[in-house]
Amino acid sequence: MLYYLLRRIFYTIPIALGVSLVVFTLVHLAPGDPLSAVVGELDARMLAEMRASFGYDKPLYIQYFVWLGSVATGDLGYSMRSGAPVLGILTDAAANTMAIGVLASALGFSAGILAGMFSGYNHGTWLDKTVSSAAIAGVSMPHYWLAIILVIVFSVQFGWLPAMGFGSESSVFSWNTLRHMILPVLALAAIPCAVVARTTRACVMEILSMEFVEALRARGLSERRILWHVTRNALPVVLAVMGLQFAHLLGGSILVETVFSWPGTGYLLNLAIFDRDMPVLQGTILLLSMFFVFTNLVVDILQSWADPRVSRN
Amino acid sequence: MKLATLKLVACSVALAATPISGALAQSKPLRVGMTLSDVPTTSGQPNGGFEGYRMTGYTLYDALINWKLNDAKGPSTLVPGLATEWKVDPKDNTKWIFKLRKGVKFHDGSAFNADAVVWNLDKLFKKEAPQYDLRQTAQVRGRILSLKSWRKIDDETVELTTHAPDSSFPYQVTYVFYSSPAQWEKLGRDWNKFSQQPSGTGPFRLERLVPRERAELVRNPNYWDAKRVAKSQRIILLPIPEATTRASALLSGQVDFIEAPPPDFIPRLKSQGFVITSNVYPHFWPYFMSFREDSPWRDIRVRKAVNLAIDREGIVKILGGFAVPTRGIVDPSSPWFGKPAFQVKYDPAAAKKLLAEAGYSASKPLVLKVLVAPSGSGQMLPKPMNEYIQQNLKAVGINLELVTVDWEQVRNCRRAGAGSPACQGTHGVNNSSATVDPYSAFRRVYGSGSIPPNGFNHMYYKDPKVDQMFDKAFTTFDEKQRDQILAQAHAYLVDQAVDVWVVHDVGPRAMSSKVRGWVQARHWFQDLAPVYVAD
Repeated sequence: MLYYLLRRIFYTIPIALGVSLVVFTLVHLAPGDPLSAVVGELDARMLAEMRASFGYDKPLYIQYFVWLGSVATGDLGYSMRSGAPVLGILTDAAANTMAIGVLASALGFSAGILAGMFSGYNHGTWLDKTVSSAAIAGVSMPHYWLAIILVIVFSVQFGWLPAMGFGSESSVFSWNTLRHMILPVLALAAIPCAVVARTTRACVMEILSMEFVEALRARGLSERRILWHVTRNALPVVLAVMGLQFAHLLGGSILVETVFSWPGTGYLLNLAIFDRDMPVLQGTILLLSMFFVFTNLVVDILQSWADPRVSRN
Repeated sequence: MKLATLKLVACSVALAATPISGALAQSKPLRVGMTLSDVPTTSGQPNGGFEGYRMTGYTLYDALINWKLNDAKGPSTLVPGLATEWKVDPKDNTKWIFKLRKGVKFHDGSAFNADAVVWNLDKLFKKEAPQYDLRQTAQVRGRILSLKSWRKIDDETVELTTHAPDSSFPYQVTYVFYSSPAQWEKLGRDWNKFSQQPSGTGPFRLERLVPRERAELVRNPNYWDAKRVAKSQRIILLPIPEATTRASALLSGQVDFIEAPPPDFIPRLKSQGFVITSNVYPHFWPYFMSFREDSPWRDIRVRKAVNLAIDREGIVKILGGFAVPTRGIVDPSSPWFGKPAFQVKYDPAAAKKLLAEAGYSASKPLVLKVLVAPSGSGQMLPKPMNEYIQQNLKAVGINLELVTVDWEQVRNCRRAGAGSPACQGTHGVNNSSATVDPYSAFRRVYGSGSIPPNGFNHMYYKDPKVDQMFDKAFTTFDEKQRDQILAQAHAYLVDQAVDVWVVHDVGPRAMSSKVRGWVQARHWFQDLAPVYVAD
């Protein structure tokens, strides 16, 4: 197990380097000028002067190594737009995304697992069909569309919840802040809930059809004990799916955060893309990529805990 | 169970680690929904285009010369700001003398004087100065190109020198704001810290800034202009880039005032008692076409035909009535409009005739390619507008190909000029343009000296007659005479049908019926100082 862990951690180093190279290349290959964030009404001559001032006139590979050297020391640079340190901007945005991402995960995963288990155990019934239909709708529905519908219904029609923003309270535990989080959390939770429900249902159905379940029943185990065995066997697959969904949620949703003007990483990424704020864009994508790498690592560890065959293989 | 416990712990840790910024509760602030994705920079020269100037420019700061923004009826004019008077030296027309307003204090209590003017101009244009700030420079350098040097004459007088005589210089001066040197020193000479605690001379001061979330501006009771002391105790600026969300925030009472409500929400807003305001302002939505060697646009018959083929009233309908058909570069109410002979109107029969004269037919149709963006500052609703024009042109036998790229690509093409690689082989670019001042409206776009890389004459338009009129206008210091010459130049440009003119925006805003004091000036800039929310 220890060897497996060390090996997995070691693998993250080349992955991180590869990610940094891909991030840098993609960001610089994209059309647009890296100085767009700061230029106002500059003509081409002034723009060339400014490009030299910021070092964007140097060859790309030199720019890459300069950036990589800074990143290695924890310096992600400064926003071209505001001049603020990228690390500080990212930390604030990631915390805001985490606030809704964690809640959306808790809601989406718990509802998805319960619905999937229920549906799988009652395969073929009208309840199963209802859950399956709802799950298909949940997977298919664009979440930005759901976000707009939620705003129209709960903010505009009923006036129960705020349409956008973060609120102005100092604590996340205040009712005002929680009210601002409800709609983004609901919009974000829909897809993971549906994905987890479908996966859980499929796993439960497959496991229920296995011979060992019949054997457990033949040995006189209660349905509750059988359910525990089924859950344990379904867990590795569901965990893997949940891990990816969790990383997606904590990576922030550009569309949902933009619809709700929620100042998280998705909103930041959107802003950085449109402003061509290269340092922020590179820093955000790098952070999110590393977050995926880290989440996959954690999921692999959890999978090996749930199913020891994973680490043996 | 173990997994559930793990999740619970993870949630608790994550939530506890989430820093949520605090705010003080205030009664009846004016909450403004901006179209920008972020709060414009606050250290002096705002970014975010002219919306930035509206929100954190003329609220926190002043220029030496301000704009008159309390009149909705006529085009806005220049009024004294931090300078009480200004005049060109009659012996040397490159020298401008500005008499500064006495007794003006920055928000931090330090004095505004000639040293502060020199310090701020050094901040923007003197690379060796410790306070030089490239980000602020970038926002304004292209707006005050004539400025060559500056010096203090005495505590209340400064002399600004231009490269050449330029009667439009006072307009250029309106773009430069003055930050407090004392506050910058106090904050350790750090512009990032300054942007959190800025100090200007404007009717509001910044109390709280949360990037990407909000800026809270509070009233400056000691503002130097008693007529413009802010009526609202507090203004909260909220970036809400998504149009539907912005309108929903207004409908649900989360904000009191929004910029650019989406046209399909306007009937609903009106029916629920919200107030919609609009006014024509110095903006036009054109195609800037190439005059380079291989361009069909060099033929005046083609230029006139395209302009006559566009049903502008139909486009205004698409925009819910929130636009005005153009008759040229500026609106007919402008003193620079003149008396053009060519009528920019919808006449498809005349367009067909002109095209036939130019040698185009059904078997040999005219093909035009234009670079367009799906959105962008001042671009209104570009997709339906461009598609409508495409249909209009098709009806007279012109195949218009729309090459869609993102907004920054369009800007790059406009900046680099027709025929540059950034323009991807197109004949023209769809980029709205501001006509706030004579230089931006005319010389920067149509003067041969502004051909890239020296300016924004994207089209490579060269006409000695136009250059001559510009030279005369920009060396005429009598305002009325200058305006007359500009009106002649404008009429000539319209007669030459240099652009494809479509509509002027009218800048719709929506607000709660409790909002008072709002006057929508005929300008990109607006004044938030007299605006407040009634009980």
